[in-house]
Amino acid sequence: MIKVSQLSKKYADQTVLNLEHLEIPKGQSFGLVGNNGAGKTTFFSLLLDLIQPTTGYISSNDVVIKDSEDWKPFTAAFIDETFLIGYLTPEEYFYFIGELRGQSKADVTALLNGFEDFFHGEILEQKKYLRDLSKGNQKKVGIVATFIGNPEVVILDEPFANLDPTTQIRLKGIIKDLASKSGVTVLVSSHDLMHVTDVCERIVVLEKGQLVKDIKTAPATLKELEAYFAGTAEKPVISESSASEVSGEPNTTLESETPTS
Amino acid sequence: MIKQFFSLEWKAFIRASSFQTNLAMKILMGFGALYFVVVFLALGVGVFFIIEEAEIGDPFEVVNRYIIYYLAFDLIFRYSLQKMPVTNIKPFLYLPMTKNKVVRFSLLKTVVSFFNWSHAFFFLPFTIVLITKGYPAEEVIFWHIGMAALIYANNYINVLINNKPFVFYGFLAVMLCLGAGQYFEWFDVTLHTAPFFNWLGSDPLAVIIPLALLGLVSRTSFLYFKKNMYLDAGLASKQEIATTQEYTFLNRFGNLGTFLKNDIRLILRNKRSKMALLGGVFFLFYGLLFFTGAVEAYDGPVWKIFAGIFISGGFLFNFGQFVPSWDSAYYPLMMSQNIKYQDYIRSKWYLIVIATAASTLLALPYIYFGVNAYLAVLVGGIYNIGVNAYLVLWGGAYIKTPIDLASGKKAFGDKQSFNAKTLLLTIPKLLLPLAIFWMISIFAPDEWAFAGVAFTGILGYLFRDKVFNIIEKVYKSEKYKTLEAYKQTS
Repeated sequence: MIKVSQLSKKYADQTVLNLEHLEIPKGQSFGLVGNNGAGKTTFFSLLLDLIQPTTGYISSNDVVIKDSEDWKPFTAAFIDETFLIGYLTPEEYFYFIGELRGQSKADVTALLNGFEDFFHGEILEQKKYLRDLSKGNQKKVGIVATFIGNPEVVILDEPFANLDPTTQIRLKGIIKDLASKSGVTVLVSSHDLMHVTDVCERIVVLEKGQLVKDIKTAPATLKELEAYFAGTAEKPVISESSASEVSGEPNTTLESETPTS
Repeated sequence: MIKQFFSLEWKAFIRASSFQTNLAMKILMGFGALYFVVVFLALGVGVFFIIEEAEIGDPFEVVNRYIIYYLAFDLIFRYSLQKMPVTNIKPFLYLPMTKNKVVRFSLLKTVVSFFNWSHAFFFLPFTIVLITKGYPAEEVIFWHIGMAALIYANNYINVLINNKPFVFYGFLAVMLCLGAGQYFEWFDVTLHTAPFFNWLGSDPLAVIIPLALLGLVSRTSFLYFKKNMYLDAGLASKQEIATTQEYTFLNRFGNLGTFLKNDIRLILRNKRSKMALLGGVFFLFYGLLFFTGAVEAYDGPVWKIFAGIFISGGFLFNFGQFVPSWDSAYYPLMMSQNIKYQDYIRSKWYLIVIATAASTLLALPYIYFGVNAYLAVLVGGIYNIGVNAYLVLWGGAYIKTPIDLASGKKAFGDKQSFNAKTLLLTIPKLLLPLAIFWMISIFAPDEWAFAGVAFTGILGYLFRDKVFNIIEKVYKSEKYKTLEAYKQTS
């Protein structure tokens, strides 16, 4: 489904992402983990043609993303609040997305009915614009909107952050079902190792833009990941002075989250 | 502590996105600022001699008579443009510093605002001229201090009334009535205010009154601010009760209808876009300056075309100019959704065309000034639809300043519309139709010249598919830069 080839992204001299080869088959639930600045959001932005790769390309369903717009009909994503339209009510937003994806109003309503539990009575018919909803509720709207119109690829950046525990558990069920029952390729990033190992069949670890681990999820995976991240946390304390680590950290974060050209 | 506040302010200033433009822009902006400084200075130096020349009385007394309007305008101007200092307070609330300090600094920030010190360019030279002309230095200097106190009092009054539109509109209504009363010679308010300002100019002791006023309003605004420094009081963002609007009648237009629906909601539900719409309505009345002969310089037939373009194009210039910045808050969504660029651009184009056609219809009463007057509007409308509707969309691709929809401030007079490329694009927008009209009118009657401009518009309309392809290419090549720029919210 998704093929990555010789992909890299550089800002000035800093390489923020460098993936030689990566293939994600159709219907896989794919997890992306890594510390801040690892390149997760950069990768997702490249997948959505929001930034241009320095070298290489990604293709989705044989469509080269940087060259063609034909990936749009079968791809849906929620990265952050810039994917929401603040002055719409949740209903209007869902129908707007529905219309763009060629869904009738009835289709969208039917889909929304299936998410009544997930919304917990706080989204629909609240007489509120999206801009006035809480962060968590905004996120719910954004996530559910990606399921409209039977997309083949769903990209969710940090979907579990800001959600309440009940919703997190429900969302895990939804994502699992999407991949296993409907054959949707789901790409999820998260800082919560437990959630990713619960949800994803495959987990890729990025560090400073490099792929360092590619794991097929098994019962031992969580332990393995925890050991890995505990290790990267300790490493600098032993090898470098802690002062340089402190000053280095925010830099790398900035590079990937707000790239400056 | 104060030092840190200042360093924060300085960083906020030099790191603002609008400041980090290229050198050419900075130079242009510099010239713009210089221009205003020179105009103010010239006024400050010249006003004395102008009044003396016109022989309407002692210049100092004449200025004192009308200064009340100056102060009133200042307040109205501030209310609509000056930004309130509350915006960045939140991060300081829980830091270990007293509320008094935070409030004091926020208010202090307004003191150094352009809206205060720009007046010095007028008052300083005027005061100097007065002294050199032999007015008693001591009295003039105390008058100057009094005026400065009043300008600063305005600064704090603006802070106090900023969230009280009723007070402001009440004030505006009173000033309009007084202005009308003066114009039609029913009632002259200046006769009643002039003695006060004259007294201010003749008795140094009188300066106590403006200073006391300044002390009072600054203290009141300080207490007011402090009382409201809670997230659910003064710092709360107002929530509106939302209703879902379907606009089902637009469904028949398919994808286009989807966008149009959204754009209607965008315009009606956000402060900034509402102001743009209001501006468009305001432009409808612009023609009165031309067709009534109120301004002599505008009497030539060429200027009628100019008026026609503005009357029918109010929405086009106020709204169309800033496409796609209206969508800046959710541009990544628009760019990754199942949207073809062409559809997106076309929907905006249709919106502009519909609004321009509506404005042209609404301008029908201009027929009162003769058929030629309305013909100018009609021809302007055709040119706007045929040519300018593309050009604003084209220019919009180069304006990369995100728009904060929720804020009505900065709606005009902003650097956003000031950009070398968009400046270049105003040439075909305004000058080309004037040139066409002028050239044809040299050797043919005005009707032919009108027809020539209309024909250009129709020609532009016929080539629309070609032009859309070009605009699409421009938008695509600018896409990544635009996305990048919209990330910065000022």
